[in-house]
Amino acid sequence: MSAEPAVAFENVSFRRGDRLVLGRVSFAIAAGEFVGVIGGNGAGKSTLLQLALGLLVPSAGEIRVFGRPPRALRGALGYVPQRIELDPDLPLRARDFVSLGVDGARFGVPLPSAARRSRVDETLAEVGALAFADEPVGRLSGGEQQRLAIAQAIAGNPRLLLLDEPLANLDIDGSAEIVELVARLARERGLTVLLVAHDVNPLVRAMDRILYLADGRAAIGTVAEIVTEDTLSRLYDRPVDVLRVRGRVIVVAGDEIHE
Amino acid sequence: MSAFFASPNVQAALLASAVVAALSAAIGYFVVLRGLSFAGHAVTDIGLTGGAGALLAGFDPLWGLLAFSAGAAAAVGLLGDRARERDLATGLVLAFALGVGALFLHLQTRYANAQAALLFGSVFDTDPGLLRAVAAIGILALAALAFLYRPLLFASVAPEVARTAGVPVRGVGFAFLIVMAVAVAETAQVVGVLIATALLVGPAATAMALERRPLRGIALAMALGIAECWIAIGLAFASFAWSGGAHSWPVSFFVAVLALGAFLAARAAGGRKAARRA
Amino acid sequence: MPDLARGLAEPYLQNALAGALIVALLGAFVGYFVVVRGAAFATHALSQIGFAGAAGAVLLGIAPLAGLIGFALLGALGLGALTARSRSSDVVTALVLVCSLGTGALFLALQRDYASNAFSLLFGTIVGVDRTDVALTALAALVAAVTLLAIARPLLFATVAREAARSAGVPVAALDIAFLVVVALAAAVTVPVVGTLLVFSLTIGPAAAAARLSRYPPAAIALAVALGALAVLGGIALAYETDWPVGFFIASFVMLEYLVATALSKRPVAGLPGRGLRR
Repeated sequence: MSAEPAVAFENVSFRRGDRLVLGRVSFAIAAGEFVGVIGGNGAGKSTLLQLALGLLVPSAGEIRVFGRPPRALRGALGYVPQRIELDPDLPLRARDFVSLGVDGARFGVPLPSAARRSRVDETLAEVGALAFADEPVGRLSGGEQQRLAIAQAIAGNPRLLLLDEPLANLDIDGSAEIVELVARLARERGLTVLLVAHDVNPLVRAMDRILYLADGRAAIGTVAEIVTEDTLSRLYDRPVDVLRVRGRVIVVAGDEIHE
Repeated sequence: MSAFFASPNVQAALLASAVVAALSAAIGYFVVLRGLSFAGHAVTDIGLTGGAGALLAGFDPLWGLLAFSAGAAAAVGLLGDRARERDLATGLVLAFALGVGALFLHLQTRYANAQAALLFGSVFDTDPGLLRAVAAIGILALAALAFLYRPLLFASVAPEVARTAGVPVRGVGFAFLIVMAVAVAETAQVVGVLIATALLVGPAATAMALERRPLRGIALAMALGIAECWIAIGLAFASFAWSGGAHSWPVSFFVAVLALGAFLAARAAGGRKAARRA
Repeated sequence: MPDLARGLAEPYLQNALAGALIVALLGAFVGYFVVVRGAAFATHALSQIGFAGAAGAVLLGIAPLAGLIGFALLGALGLGALTARSRSSDVVTALVLVCSLGTGALFLALQRDYASNAFSLLFGTIVGVDRTDVALTALAALVAAVTLLAIARPLLFATVAREAARSAGVPVAALDIAFLVVVALAAAVTVPVVGTLLVFSLTIGPAAAAARLSRYPPAAIALAVALGALAVLGGIALAYETDWPVGFFIASFVMLEYLVATALSKRPVAGLPGRGLRR
């Protein structure tokens, strides 16, 4: 691993009002890694993504993405935000939505271009969305919109893909499909992936490493390294039990059940 | 009837109204997309205050209209992105501006007809000399919209992703508001603030219910806008005949009814299409 | 203010004050819900609908206030029906608004007395309020206030948590329309005082200012009422002294109240009590 890390946080702290969301967080993610960002509500997962994207500025510490400050990489990062609010009456086809990911940031009116069209078609095929490419995007199901959001994020051929809670509203099957899709895309395109989730389980087989956030602190390592009672007790600052039940990992911290 | 179309005033009216209708419809596409209907309407009303103020100060109302419209749009832009707060603040600024407008109109006792004209429009009094200015401003505004088109669409549909992709979301939104203000002010000058609001919102919303592709939707909206305007002018002319030459029904009435009617019809049709697809 | 003291003996000023106070009280109460429901545009539209009604009433030779109320009610039902299952409610609201203004323009054109009638209808005048008007205003205001009081709790529930309220048996759709009717009534009775264009100031302004200062609904409503009364009294006093339009003064006072309230509290307008989810 002589190449520079894809994402590097060095002693990064972030305050929101008088609340310390992240405190002296440090980690490095290598290019091509699939990292799951796990933690409970309010742990700072979305904040971490937004810091990596340059949408937020840290109160302290330094962030580097492929060796440069995040803001310098505008347009080279793929982002799937937490909420995809699409009005059912939105006058936009699925393929129009995805083609925004190709060149939506360029000024002017897009002239018809065979190159753009084929890129959009390829991307749609990669995520399995060709079947509904001409449907109005606002009328598609949550899972279908999720695929389109991913397509939009990769249409610009980014090197880094960040997804904020893509599995939140999906059932077990849906979650598995999306994780498999993202893992396949990452392999085929050599993407580095940061995927935020509540629950470790859907990601266990796809992740290379896990970045676990709790109480403003973070720990990175393999599932075997991180999800241990020692590490987590230190992170949470209270006694933590880790149960393995029929292949599932369940973390129990203090009085609360935390999956 | 041919005498009607031969009159240079009428030709100017038809041409000028076509230009502003097309412009309003194109801008209106994004007004509807971004939920700015109230702001758009408020800008026209606040422009009215500006026009009255200009009259009071002895200037051509157009300058007051433009200045106040641009100022109102800037204020709306600064009031933030959240719809609920923006609508509330828009309403308050509007109410205050109208209060000031009431004062202006009260102090300005001479031009009662000009006041009414500002509000309800006086298409038939369009000065043919104004036509060149109207066309020039219209083309400039459309060019600005074309320039903003792609990033504006991206920012309107997926603002967080757009920002990540490098779109200056706030800047683009602000720029759009200014272009909207200019377009709306020009439209109000030609056809009055009432028709300006109707043309801003109606044709675009109608087109959106019928056409899923943005560029085609905008083209359709522009065609609808011109059609609604011309049909309204025609009906207003015809109403002379109905009342036996006594007076004509206002053009603004016909534009408003056509705009609402077309939208409701399109919405019903669109609903049936969606139901069939499902 | 010796002038004003003497003026208070005159019946027309007494009527104006009475009418205005009623309007301010009702406006503030209704305004609280307008702020909470984000119904600013609908309120503006409903007040403009009254314009058509008043113009039509003049055309038909009946009392303007009756036309105002009739049209406003019709408008509320129509607006409610059209925006019921629509996500683009602001588009519909805008179009209904221009239609009512257009209809009003039509009625005025048919009367041929365009400008002066339009002005007083749009901006109000304290001279035009007489005893019958005050009585009618009070009656309409009473109906609106009582209705609102009756539906206040389920309405708030439906506003804050629509689906939960629906499952709890709250008739949300009917309440939507009932609320618009109340707003329409409030708007209609406000017109003779401030005119249709400025109904908004009295309905929204004091409530928005109060919302910035208090998150506790009863306190916010009481505060709004007080602010409304203050604006109206101040406005009428100044209008009497200077002969300038009363609407201008009331709108200015309301704006002032809002700016002061904003300065006094740095909180953003959540509009809803106890709202503010932390992520």
